Amino acid sequence: MTSVADQISGPPLAANAGVVAPDALLAQPEAPAIARPVAAERELRLDLFRGLALWLIFIDHLPQNLLTWLTIRNYGFSDATEIFIFISGYTASFVYGRAMRDVGFVVATARILRRVWQIYVAHVFLFTIFLAEISYVATSFENPLYSEEMGIMDFLKEPDVTIVQALLLRFRPVNMDVLPLYIVLMLFLPLILWLMKRSADLTLALSAILYAATWEFDLYLSAYPNGFWAFNPFAWQLLFVFGAWCAQGGAKRMSRLLSSPITLWISIGYLLFAFLVTLTWYWPQLGHLMPRRLEQWMYPISKTDLDVLRFAHFLALAAVTVRFLPKDWPGLKSPWLRPLIMCGQHSLEIFCLGVFLAFAGHFLLAELSGGAALHFVISISGILIMSAAAWLFSWYKHSADKSTSRTKGTGGNADMAGGGA
Amino acid sequence: MKFNSGLILGLITLAGVLTAVPVRAEDAPASCEVPDYLLTSESSLPKVADAIKNNRSLDILVLGSRSSTINAPANSSETTAYPGRLQVALKEKLPSIAVNVSIEIQAKKTAEEIAAGLPKLMEGKKPVLVIWQTGTVDAVRSVDPEDFRTAVDEGVVALQETGADVILMNPQYSPRTETMISAPPYLDNMRVVAQQHDVPLFDRFAIMQHWNESGEFDLFSTFHGVELAKRVHNCIGRALSQFVIDAAHINPAQQN
Repeated sequence: MTSVADQISGPPLAANAGVVAPDALLAQPEAPAIARPVAAERELRLDLFRGLALWLIFIDHLPQNLLTWLTIRNYGFSDATEIFIFISGYTASFVYGRAMRDVGFVVATARILRRVWQIYVAHVFLFTIFLAEISYVATSFENPLYSEEMGIMDFLKEPDVTIVQALLLRFRPVNMDVLPLYIVLMLFLPLILWLMKRSADLTLALSAILYAATWEFDLYLSAYPNGFWAFNPFAWQLLFVFGAWCAQGGAKRMSRLLSSPITLWISIGYLLFAFLVTLTWYWPQLGHLMPRRLEQWMYPISKTDLDVLRFAHFLALAAVTVRFLPKDWPGLKSPWLRPLIMCGQHSLEIFCLGVFLAFAGHFLLAELSGGAALHFVISISGILIMSAAAWLFSWYKHSADKSTSRTKGTGGNADMAGGGA
Repeated sequence: MKFNSGLILGLITLAGVLTAVPVRAEDAPASCEVPDYLLTSESSLPKVADAIKNNRSLDILVLGSRSSTINAPANSSETTAYPGRLQVALKEKLPSIAVNVSIEIQAKKTAEEIAAGLPKLMEGKKPVLVIWQTGTVDAVRSVDPEDFRTAVDEGVVALQETGADVILMNPQYSPRTETMISAPPYLDNMRVVAQQHDVPLFDRFAIMQHWNESGEFDLFSTFHGVELAKRVHNCIGRALSQFVIDAAHINPAQQN
């Protein structure tokens, strides 16, 4: 193990052409790897978009309402989940990649595993809330119209099995699929980073091969009581590894490609195409405008296996965003975007809070048989609560816990920044 | 602690009941209004059209799960559930045709289980039209959507082989269980199969969602009674009759 750590932190990069020096590439490609920037400034765009993804996931988890029309899944193939997983891959790789270089493979892996544990606990916590909700509905709701749908309560008859299956991540109620995916991806992060130290490109290639194999050989993880994981980790790892690859210098190397007008126009063209296709979903009246041949080739667009169309849509979206939103955009410092950025900086906590608030919102809507107005109020309050919580977490980090973070130094806040679910 | 949460739940429920009362008070007959685009299909029903044109009897088989019935005491489901209402509505619209709607309920069976049993089930039956209501059991058990699609696909082929027209009907819109049952993958896959086999899809989910949003029905209601179920089924039966006639491209006025 020590040899691994040595190799990673060892400076002579030029000796091994295949090895990419992450920091060097991120900072200035020509500089020797040892001269790394003291403390790379936080990439606020990442926080901003992760915060945005968290808000959108919350809104998407509520029943359809006015605000749902603001979420990106209505305007193209991909949705907030893609943004979330990509940025998580990016930040995790950035932070733990640096930790791996600074303190070695073993310690960095230990930190990653601690993060995995935190996410796991968060998942179990959300499951408990779900259990409370479903038990309440089971005992209080008896509409003959829905006697069939109430079959969902059957698992309450054997809670021993269900709860153990939930702890094994095999039983995952609706809307609780993202964290198990994230747990699995993070579990493999040490391996991913270790491979990337050798060759980032090779790692990405391996990831793409696994993705292709998933489609070719129909790889999946089974779930309980039947079915399979709603987000297939074998497929979704591509987005996570791609994010990690970008953080390890891939983004820098793609900059020429990204600034090319051809890329821009292809991206815009594809986004427009996706938009027109999604229009036909929401206005079935337009359905007849879609060529049958195209429909048969395209559908169904699998979210479970991260359809190529979705992945491409995310890439196009990212390409256009990076183009029009430079890193030093002054708006990033604007107080109006602070809530979003702060939410993005505490993503695990805010994600869990969002899922909980969506449950609570559903509950309120059901009990108060609320109309559109109440719905709107619930959505907005949810976002305000998430922002307030993010502010509170920031306050804890910067003020309440200041004394400890000073002694821990860089290693300590790597965790905080990092892992963010 | 337990007492407290119980109290809070009780209060919230009370608030819910109080706000829900005015909605329920107006027990006016439902208008069953459905936007046109939810009742039109690109696909057609040639066998149905043929039967109507030649004045043959219109035998319809509803193949469904429990949401094709109303779980009520006194077993009045035969007439109050949507298949019964469909028969009444079709007879009104096609007075010169003999309309027979029969029901085959396969409770708690997934599409795969039903598709496997279809050859046996259809033995000796010669319906002109089969309305296959499916997806709910699969969604509740979160069956692999790919497997679901294959099963529906095979089922539709098997039904068409018996010489019948086929209509697919998707699950009910159930806001109360929305956080627990994920319907979209099953809705999407049924749409795909319908497109591939050029079979009309009766979008029960979207129609009920529309009723819930327009205030026609309060589907969030915790009301423990069959009245709501009866009214919803009545409207579904009527919408379905219009859907059948529309997809058969028959102008009922010409039939009189």
